[in-house]
Amino acid sequence: MTLTLFFEQLLNGIQFGMMLFLMSAGLTLVFGVMGLINLAHGVLYMVGAFACALVAGITGSFWLGLVASLIVAAMAGALIEVGVIRRLYKRDHLDQVLATYALILIFSEATRWLFGSFPLYLDVPDILAQPISLFGLLDYSSYRLFIIFVGIIVAIGLYLLITKTRLGMRIRAGESDREMIAALGVDIRTLYTLVFALGAALAGIAGALLGAVQSVEVGMGGPVLILAFVVIVIGGIGSIKGAFIGALLVGVVDTMGRFLLPYLMTFLFSPETAANVGGALSSIAIYILMAGILIVKPKGLIKGAGS
Amino acid sequence: MKKIALAMALGLSVTALSAAPVKVGMITTLTGGGASLGIDIRDGFMLAVKQANNPDLSVVVEDDARKPPLAVQIADKMIQREKVDILTGIVWSNLAMAVVPSAVAQGKFYLSPNAGPSALAGKRCHENYFNVAWQNDNLHEAMGSYATKTGYSKPYILAPNYPAGKDALTGFKRLFKGKLAGETYTKLGQKDYAAEIAQIRASGADSIYFFLPGGMGISFMKQYTQSGVRLPIMGPAFSFDQGILKAVGKAALGVKNSSQWNKDLDNAANQAFVKSFSSEYGRLPSLYASQGFDTANLILSAMKTADVKDTDAFRAALNKADFNSVRGDFKFAANQHPIQNIYVREVIEENGVLTNKVISTALENHSDVYGAKCKL
Amino acid sequence: MMLSVNREQKLNISFIALLFILPAVALSMDEPFYITLMTKVVILAMAGVGLNLALGLGGLISFGHAAFFGIGGYAAGILATHYMNDELLFSAFGYEYFGTDNMLAIWFAAMFVGAIAAIIIGYFSLRTKGVYFIMITLAFAQMIYYFAIAWPTYGGEDGLSIYVRNNLFDLNTLDPIIFYGICLSLLLLVTFLVSTLRNSHFGSALQAARQNEQRLASVGIRPFGIQLTAFVISAMATALAGALFADLNRFVSPDMLSWHTSGEIMIFVILGGVGRLFGPILGAAMFIVFEYYLGGITEHWGLFLGIALLAVVLFARGGIVGVIAGEVKHD
Repeated sequence: MTLTLFFEQLLNGIQFGMMLFLMSAGLTLVFGVMGLINLAHGVLYMVGAFACALVAGITGSFWLGLVASLIVAAMAGALIEVGVIRRLYKRDHLDQVLATYALILIFSEATRWLFGSFPLYLDVPDILAQPISLFGLLDYSSYRLFIIFVGIIVAIGLYLLITKTRLGMRIRAGESDREMIAALGVDIRTLYTLVFALGAALAGIAGALLGAVQSVEVGMGGPVLILAFVVIVIGGIGSIKGAFIGALLVGVVDTMGRFLLPYLMTFLFSPETAANVGGALSSIAIYILMAGILIVKPKGLIKGAGS
Repeated sequence: MKKIALAMALGLSVTALSAAPVKVGMITTLTGGGASLGIDIRDGFMLAVKQANNPDLSVVVEDDARKPPLAVQIADKMIQREKVDILTGIVWSNLAMAVVPSAVAQGKFYLSPNAGPSALAGKRCHENYFNVAWQNDNLHEAMGSYATKTGYSKPYILAPNYPAGKDALTGFKRLFKGKLAGETYTKLGQKDYAAEIAQIRASGADSIYFFLPGGMGISFMKQYTQSGVRLPIMGPAFSFDQGILKAVGKAALGVKNSSQWNKDLDNAANQAFVKSFSSEYGRLPSLYASQGFDTANLILSAMKTADVKDTDAFRAALNKADFNSVRGDFKFAANQHPIQNIYVREVIEENGVLTNKVISTALENHSDVYGAKCKL
Repeated sequence: MMLSVNREQKLNISFIALLFILPAVALSMDEPFYITLMTKVVILAMAGVGLNLALGLGGLISFGHAAFFGIGGYAAGILATHYMNDELLFSAFGYEYFGTDNMLAIWFAAMFVGAIAAIIIGYFSLRTKGVYFIMITLAFAQMIYYFAIAWPTYGGEDGLSIYVRNNLFDLNTLDPIIFYGICLSLLLLVTFLVSTLRNSHFGSALQAARQNEQRLASVGIRPFGIQLTAFVISAMATALAGALFADLNRFVSPDMLSWHTSGEIMIFVILGGVGRLFGPILGAAMFIVFEYYLGGITEHWGLFLGIALLAVVLFARGGIVGVIAGEVKHD
């Protein structure tokens, strides 16, 4: 094992974390402001990827597809919020879980009805298709660097939005006291729809970005959703900062676990047993991480508004 | 779970033998992950049924959504309620393991159009179980043999961490003579392969063999292309077949993959099949479609000479495999799994469509190693 | 209020009657498949009854009950395959154990292993509240799920086939109606035990813990112990259902452990009516009917299931039992 490889894997972990951050930022925002558990967040991820694949397929431009993913996912989010989610804010978590689980079924089947069961084609734009050399040490995918870049931009953007703008002020007010801001005369319905659409747009863009390096198919949102939940629970539900830290932690632990655990096990077991034990352990590493953190800090690393 | 009951108008039947009607129950995956495989199997099967136009054959199709308990429930229903004579259709090994043993124990025939778990080829083989596709190891063995012949000395091999993945790599290693640069088991359903690609780069491998079915393979290929690693890639047909190639894109060009069938195989049955499938469904047939097509034709061939109610006679008729397989020569080994050629294909672009071309024969008249444990 | 309780009781009685009459009808019509389908309903209902104790009564929203369902299933599968293949399961103090095909022993083992798992999972999970509890129970279930897929000894993702149903006394358990009878008896027994528990001091304390932990603590009762006990009993019922499910399908697979299974068990409870004694049974029945009949009509049945679920959450609070029997005030 060389230092270069270690460094490359670390970069891979960070990139994976950034993508998880895009997914979990919306989820944690919605929970923090509205107190809602949204299992249908993964559906918006899928919607973004499909919109991007469709538009990129027609126009031939990945970038137009990316814009489309943002718009379509935001619109789908607003639609869901107005049609269904709005009625769930005052309900307990159980109703929210069930209703949003129902939304997963509805959106998945409807998408299959429209697009069929075969995976769609979506590729990275030509400009980012070639690897670039990092410090002359290794060739690294420029597209993955681009994802890290987008993650950082979004993190900064969200930070500015929440700390510096009027909308952010209302979001913060909404997090700390929901009745209060209604009393202040803020149109809470519009605010909630906006926040939900914002979260949806982030999920949509994550779906489009990841769709280009993974497969675009019905059901692609499920596994990512579970990971996003792990992230926000580790970070502290409702906290964007927590989601950022949690995402990086999960990304790095998962990637390094896949890479290091089978290797470390070879010191303890025969090669075949090591592959088995290492493989089994690395596939549950992040869940062990999550359970461990919750045992020490039952409300996650950063105290969020939703706790 | 669309039910397709083919109640065809009674016409003059070519089959002189007036046997009892045959009812086939097809359990396959039409929704959820991997639905495209089940759809292809169904379409291939139904095409053969339609062409035969035999009023004595009826088919019911139901969707298992890739859930083992649901597959078991449908099998129970088809046996207890629909009173089918033959079951077929299952795509996945784990679903086959859930359904097949108890179905054949109840005296029904099961004809596998895709999955071929090692247990059913060996220790748990059964006189009423026929595999019309391949034993799970076959395509991987072919690629192992190809890698040896091509002179690769340090391949890096990877597969998901589940039984079919382990069978795949075991199959590859069985016929590969040389050292491996590395061997990795990934998480089932994993979509990010950055960590694995980095390890491949660092391992000094001279080639890559992977078995990553469905979306996993699409993801791997896309990420591999962007990584800048440029090693020759080998795989079984599953990640480079017609249904999936469009989603993989040009990244797949030049990849070598193993298959017992391809659309350019030079036999009359195959050419007719490719033509009629394309005009019927408006897309090129896949490996799975060819397997569904062969399965239906095997049943039709047995119906010509035997009555399905006479189990022994029908079994013997199936065993003769007296039909024109689209893959050319086809016969059953003692464990009722195929003896067939396995080819190496290369992904090419043809009239703007990505597809495969046969470049050589990896294994001739190949069967499987588990047959030795089968006492039939 | 009195009237609505009566109405719920009437509903329960007619429902029990249906559980006896319907199979008899299916038997007389020579439709064994409907008996198999009802057996599935009864088994899934038992998993739901288990979850309902934790969720409805204790307010513990476990999103990881698939773990216990699967553990019960694997306990049955492992014992049976060892017995069938005559392979050593373990040896201790010179005693060698080769598994069993005796249902009684298998049920006991399933509940025992389920209880051990629930003690461990519950001990850590109950330190958290609300969404964190939902997510940590999910995390534990996912750990077991991925472990079951990756660990090759018992088939990994391929699962384990049992081939022949296990034995109970001299009954022919492969006969659908007899196996149904066994499962129904167990369901009624479990439901009766849960109902007894609900009306006991323990039940009151559990409900008090859901509503106001501080008050309970101030009278000297630690909610943790009560909640953990409820969680463990709930898991044992679900594990027993898992063992029966293994015998029904003659097959166990990691699918039983997936988060979709957790979601489905939760759906049975909510569809029927949270906290209602017979809610899960009605919920499971509705779910299977939906899956079976709609599945026969369209391959897009998931869409309609989704719409129906959404309608229940939005417009029929309290589930089906709630709609028929009226609202019950939580006191």
